[in-house]
Amino acid sequence: MTVVRLEDVEISDLRRQCLEAVERGERMQMVYAWFPEPDDPEVRYLIRSSAGHALHIWRCRPRGQALPSLAAIAPLLSWHEREVTDLCGLKFEDAPQPEPLVLLAGAHAVMPPLRPGEAQPLTYTPAPHGIPEVAGPSEEDVQLLPFGPIRADVLESAQFNFLYIGEAILHYHPQLFFKHRGMEKRFEGVKPELGVVLAERVSAVGGVAHALAYCQALEEAAHCQPPRRARWLRVLLAELERLYNHLHYLGHLCATTTLKVGDAHGKLLEERAKQINCVATGSRFLRNLIVPGGLRREPDLTGLSQALVRLGADIQRYGQMLETSTTHLDRLITTGVLDRKLAFDQGATGPIERASGLDRDLRRDQPYAAYDELKPEVAVREAGDAHARQQVRLAEIDESLELIQRVLSELPKGPIRADYAPLASSEGLGWAESPRGTLYYAVHTGYDGRLVRVKVKSPSFSNWRAFPFTVHDSNMMDYAISEASFGLTIAGCDR
Amino acid sequence: MPLWTLFGLKEGSASTTWPAPGGDDGQRGAIGMPRFAPERCESGCERCAEVCLSQAITIREGGGGERVRVDYGRCVTCQLCVEECPTGAFTASADWAFGVRSREDLIWAQAHASSAGKQLSGDIRRIFGRSLHIRHVDAGSCNGCESELQALNNPFYNLHRLGIFFTPSPRFADLLLVTGPVTYAMRAPLREAYLAMPEPRFVMAVGVCAVSGGTNGGGYACGNGLDGEFPVDIYVPGCPPNPAAIIQALLMLLNRMPQRVRGGQLQGDYRA
Repeated sequence: MTVVRLEDVEISDLRRQCLEAVERGERMQMVYAWFPEPDDPEVRYLIRSSAGHALHIWRCRPRGQALPSLAAIAPLLSWHEREVTDLCGLKFEDAPQPEPLVLLAGAHAVMPPLRPGEAQPLTYTPAPHGIPEVAGPSEEDVQLLPFGPIRADVLESAQFNFLYIGEAILHYHPQLFFKHRGMEKRFEGVKPELGVVLAERVSAVGGVAHALAYCQALEEAAHCQPPRRARWLRVLLAELERLYNHLHYLGHLCATTTLKVGDAHGKLLEERAKQINCVATGSRFLRNLIVPGGLRREPDLTGLSQALVRLGADIQRYGQMLETSTTHLDRLITTGVLDRKLAFDQGATGPIERASGLDRDLRRDQPYAAYDELKPEVAVREAGDAHARQQVRLAEIDESLELIQRVLSELPKGPIRADYAPLASSEGLGWAESPRGTLYYAVHTGYDGRLVRVKVKSPSFSNWRAFPFTVHDSNMMDYAISEASFGLTIAGCDR
Repeated sequence: MPLWTLFGLKEGSASTTWPAPGGDDGQRGAIGMPRFAPERCESGCERCAEVCLSQAITIREGGGGERVRVDYGRCVTCQLCVEECPTGAFTASADWAFGVRSREDLIWAQAHASSAGKQLSGDIRRIFGRSLHIRHVDAGSCNGCESELQALNNPFYNLHRLGIFFTPSPRFADLLLVTGPVTYAMRAPLREAYLAMPEPRFVMAVGVCAVSGGTNGGGYACGNGLDGEFPVDIYVPGCPPNPAAIIQALLMLLNRMPQRVRGGQLQGDYRA
């Protein structure tokens, strides 16, 4: 595991430090606050080096002073700072977007919910939220379409607001956080070993990555190293998760380009992958295996290799058909372009940033589990459009299948669980490259070894921030394709 | 340019014939709700309740009634009780067909309610024929339930073959299918969707979050599922319930499949 450097920074130095870091090409990863003392919060900034190979943390005690907003220097921080304001009650001076983010307009908390201790239920009187005002000569032609929070089909809840003239979208504002459940608060006071049940339920389709990042954070905090076999099997689970997610993604993308058979076939391949998961682990979502210290039990690997070879052959053919279907490709190429700089500045992650030419993948850059031994190939494309995002996912499916077969053929023997005992007043940072990108868990334990703070930075939180930039000034017809090509979850973002 | 139509035709039908006898329910290997055998339970031991984060297992203080209360409406099937129990009072099982009409049927009871449970108005078949239109509302799920609901329309389960459809508008819906513990922000839209439905309307709570709040309910931002929101006709616990369990519950609503669980215990062969 990479060692994460911790550095104390004075409030007065934050702006200069951030400016220097950005100039060096470093990238901010997340900001969170926690309360070592009930009235004395501490703010943490996580930064990743320019090549992506090192992580470090700035630690800062505001002691009643307002913090300087760094969002004008590193735009992706805006959402993080607003979340800290909403949930921890800390103020940031000169923030470019000072309005609430996680709490909807009209929601009110008596005390910031993430302060230690019981949090009162929010009071809520729905109020209109931040749609920009329209002015100018064609003002009367501009329509507002608020779509959601309940949308057609079986979808997660969110409201998408379009300001448009005819087919042309002028401005797009996704109002998320209807699904904010207060998951981070729920970890408070829980025994670390049991918290994994919660981590698996922050975003179910990323459950393995969540469990993994959470457990790795705890293992770091408790100086516990899971046995080698467990680390290899964790790779197996993580790649099985990537496989069924990416297959779902391809099917759904076909649905938006109205490639009906491609849609049905993609979803069928996803179903086959989920049934394979179920046979191997007892759970279609690969749950109930990962635990601090290793794995709870051995998965059933009988027949897994052959089943995946058969599935892989069908995926291969499906991928080739997608890549040669001109009606499908016509709708993807040049749709929803996210250029490299925008992807970097706004914090796009995972397959999204890799499709925009940013060569970053935590599996390779900060290897965890057994990725240091297995060395995954990272797929990168330059175009930044929906097609590039499909290609990255197709390449990642191939790589996942390859990694799984290597795990199955070279799997080391031995125990799968090491003793894990939580340490009192400890902390750890864990991460995983989920199917949707970088996922971080920061955990803090209290004097009794129980959890006092768990921060979850999900990949969809980052990608939702970047996504609207591909929608402004585009057209209605492309919207569904653009959204599907990002492969976002809402539960992970809203938590 | 591939000939997708030809490809589709050549692939043939991928749909299961389940629930027709001999059909594949697609749940091979699934680990479901743990079975409870209170006679093996050791007095004074509370280890199962200590590891049960969703409080599906609770210990009742001082005698009277069963000491260990097991509520499958809260069970997220994490299997920790099975691993923790020193006497084998909890054992792993493949039981998943847990759709019930009455919430009490999810609570383990020695003498389970012998009545057929709350029967839906017997004329449901007359009103809807054999068909059903569903409006789904996500009231704050972790997206596990959505993933399984979306799976219902994949070629394997192919829900259409059973005459059941998802519909975009609550105006055309017979059934409101709710997932998630009901967050503060989704309470009002959920209610609006319910009120927009024509009567007779039915409500199904899918997943422990909607049934009881589960591990994710309560707290500063959530309710505890549909309790107290509006009347529920069918409860489908599970975290998430797998596609076959959801289909079983939908067919139960239409009186096309029987309820399998009473008093928290599966009656007969669950694959029926």
